[in-house]
Amino acid sequence: MTMQSVGRPTRAEIQPEDGAQGHVGRGLLQDEPLIFERGRFDMTGVDFDGTADDADLGDLEGLVRAAPPALPGLSEPETLRHYVRLSQRNHAIDLALYPLGSCTMKHNPRLNEKMARLAGFADLHPLQPVSTVQGALAVMDALAHWLKTLTGMPAVALSPKAGAHGELCGILAIRAAHEARGDARTTILTPTSAHGTNPATAAVAGYQVQEIAQTADGRVDLSDLAAKLGPHVAAIMVTNPNTCGLFERDILEIARLTHEAGAYFYADGANFNAIVGRVRPADLGVDAMHINLHKTFSTPHGGGGPGAGPVVLSADLAPFAPLPWVTHGPDGFELIERAEGDAAAALGRLCAFQGQMGMYVRALTYMLSHGADGLRQVAEDAVLNANYIKARLSDVMSAPFGDGPCMHEALFDETWLEGTGVTTLDFAKAMIDEGFHPMTMYFPLVVKGAMLIEPTETEPKRELDRFCDALLDLAAAAKAGDVDRFKGAPFSAPLSRLDETAAARKPRLRWTP
Amino acid sequence: MRYLPLSDTDRSEMLASIGVDSVEDLFVDVPAAARLPGPVDLPRQASEAAVERKLSAWAARNRAAGAGPFFLGAGAYRHHIPASVDHLIQRSEFLTSYTPYQPEIAQGTLQVLFEFQTQVSELTGLPVANASMWDGSTACAEAVMMASRVTRRRKAVLSGGLHPHYAASAYTLAHTSGVQTRRLAAAVDDEAAVIAAIDSDTACVVVQSPNVFGAVTDVSEIARAAHAAGALLVVVTTEAVSFGLLRSPGEMGADIAVAEGQSIGNGLTFGGPYVGLFACRNELVRQMPGRLCGETVDAHGRRGFVLTLSTREQHIRRDKATSNICTNSGLCALAFSIHMTLLGGAGLAKLARVNHASARSARDALAAIPGVEVLTPRFFNEFAVRLPKAAHVVVEALAKRDVLAGVPFSRLDPGAGLDDVLLVCATETTLPEDIEALAEALAEEIAR
Repeated sequence: MTMQSVGRPTRAEIQPEDGAQGHVGRGLLQDEPLIFERGRFDMTGVDFDGTADDADLGDLEGLVRAAPPALPGLSEPETLRHYVRLSQRNHAIDLALYPLGSCTMKHNPRLNEKMARLAGFADLHPLQPVSTVQGALAVMDALAHWLKTLTGMPAVALSPKAGAHGELCGILAIRAAHEARGDARTTILTPTSAHGTNPATAAVAGYQVQEIAQTADGRVDLSDLAAKLGPHVAAIMVTNPNTCGLFERDILEIARLTHEAGAYFYADGANFNAIVGRVRPADLGVDAMHINLHKTFSTPHGGGGPGAGPVVLSADLAPFAPLPWVTHGPDGFELIERAEGDAAAALGRLCAFQGQMGMYVRALTYMLSHGADGLRQVAEDAVLNANYIKARLSDVMSAPFGDGPCMHEALFDETWLEGTGVTTLDFAKAMIDEGFHPMTMYFPLVVKGAMLIEPTETEPKRELDRFCDALLDLAAAAKAGDVDRFKGAPFSAPLSRLDETAAARKPRLRWTP
Repeated sequence: MRYLPLSDTDRSEMLASIGVDSVEDLFVDVPAAARLPGPVDLPRQASEAAVERKLSAWAARNRAAGAGPFFLGAGAYRHHIPASVDHLIQRSEFLTSYTPYQPEIAQGTLQVLFEFQTQVSELTGLPVANASMWDGSTACAEAVMMASRVTRRRKAVLSGGLHPHYAASAYTLAHTSGVQTRRLAAAVDDEAAVIAAIDSDTACVVVQSPNVFGAVTDVSEIARAAHAAGALLVVVTTEAVSFGLLRSPGEMGADIAVAEGQSIGNGLTFGGPYVGLFACRNELVRQMPGRLCGETVDAHGRRGFVLTLSTREQHIRRDKATSNICTNSGLCALAFSIHMTLLGGAGLAKLARVNHASARSARDALAAIPGVEVLTPRFFNEFAVRLPKAAHVVVEALAKRDVLAGVPFSRLDPGAGLDDVLLVCATETTLPEDIEALAEALAEEIAR
């Protein structure tokens, strides 16, 4: 045992608890059973104005359920305690650095939340007469203007519900554009380092997927791309900056080769945060790109959504954008919902209604707060923070693609841990004991034991230093052979490592009495 | 800028540590021709107060649903949301966390998802529910794709009672993969037509109840016909409060149930973000899209929760995944689950009855107006009426009198030839004086 683990409660001596029976607290952390073990089936924490008599249900004979759903209710005070206690078992941006590479866990401004809750936005039905929602359409129009200006692209489809939905939107527009020319193409090319959503989206859209090789410096292999392009290729899907945190230096050549083959360049905009305000994707030859409003434009990640994935489109692809969209008419803003006239080529609907309005308001609030100058600073500070981390850790941890600058995230591999008996997984779990959320691990797949660190621009220098100090201390422990500090980690989290194999072998996906 | 903590001194020190002179040196990989020399042509940064003024001015140009008589439904519903729901979902630990990739420090989110899945399973009457989808319409589209995978067939029959936006979304997702969607003519009741459309190539039948016209139907006969042909039955519900009163999709023979969960815990928000509910029979779970949370134990034998069966998903399976979906609708699922916890089954049953009573009052008031014909015989909290004039004209005229009368069916489905049909919804938020105002304004507008 080293100094760091002396006195650390390993919990090895704690007796296994019998499921929900452990209603005890430790310090500020209270145990909390499932609502089904706590609530009563006749209880409700909601009072109603109206009354209703079952005698009036005659119309619905044969259609009414025999008994209310077997779900417990809790009073308001019990409900508050239940969820507050659960909340304390989550790491959060507001607690400490959350360096999940590719996820852009930046600060979520609370003004965004306040604006999204104005009754004029939050209490608005999607099918109200357009004369009663002119302010909402103005927000959509303003958001579209900002996204188009920041990307240099002439059109944007706002309705995709998340990044993966945006990918689908872009690829379907590309498909429609090819089909409109009578050009049946079968294949989409993606780099080996691509997000899993890219090949999954291509497959959902009916394409075969072929991978493009990567060079030794972590970029698209131009000669492999050139060899694989051909009349059967509908598009390439390339993330830039890529998932190794590097800018594709040959991006203009990639675009040129792609267009020369009659294919479109779809950019995965997950990493737009690194270049917003400094580089316009249109100037890189991009034909379509989704923008994760929950990444670059600070809408909250919410424990896993909701996101929003608007897609900017080139003039060539714009006619195929999905319905609906906002236009300026003689009496104000109009909502184009029918595939006729100028919208005759629209690829149809991706979802009901207008998309993620609540996220539009938050993202626009963020953009107006930052302005063009602030957004440029966002990209600079995001890249600066990542390079600072890379510089501070590079002497100890191995970077697979050398000493050059990274963009908004710093990528390390597992090479430096060889011989220590500690894996990327162990190292990540030990970070939890230091008070940090682990980085993205084992992605991108092209790097062995990848550790992808994205600090974002909203971290102060002292938090970066605290983080680097903790990682260097852990690295020293690993090199010194203190395997115990890693193998059982985390020691100080509410739970120790969970048995994921058992969970998948015999799935228990709901509570049963 | 208030969201950026680095000072110029910090920046200089950090650049020195990195060993470069300026931040430009960190962007060397960007082709020079693509580097913007300065800010793009958009406004500069603004104070919180200034931004708040601008957004508030836009908000003020909208007529909020709660500002007066309001009768819109058709896939999005106005209900009262307890104050504690919005308070809790703004807890930093829920709002500013992400997908629970590290379960040891995400048990809060994971336990919520496990409870959410159990609630959805109980409401839909099916044993397995996932951790949520983007919304009801995308859940419906994914259900069609899932049924095609399960049955290895490539045709889906969509009832004419299915919300037209749902039918359109299903078509968009399905047709590029070679799955045909055949949407039947819009109709209040098309049970016979649905059954007649099923054949040995049918992967699934998609039926909505209560349907877009508000009609509540027993889908058992359709279930029998679908199963006899080897097809699956997908039941869609856009008004989740109806689960409190009506027999569940599972009880009536659904293989897959999808629903829009917005009604419980989530505001109207002009159409999103919402939360899709997705449940199915046990045998189908490995073809399910989206994330699943499962129970397990930690190294000390203590109960805990993890994301599981992820070998279905895109980050493992890539182009062989069951869907390209990555995230769910976590925070909206949390809002749903909190509201559902406050209600309990007993409270939901009562809320549903109050909704039904409210809609009956509205129906009675409109049925008494000469020239108005009620088209939906058995409904939950919304129904269709035929007017003697084009519905969208009447709706616009009533909006000028500050009465939001409902949704003209032609707004959803312009080609259906149902321009005189108006969809009317009443919930527990509808007051008796709202119904009086609607009836009075509608009678005058019709008589005009």
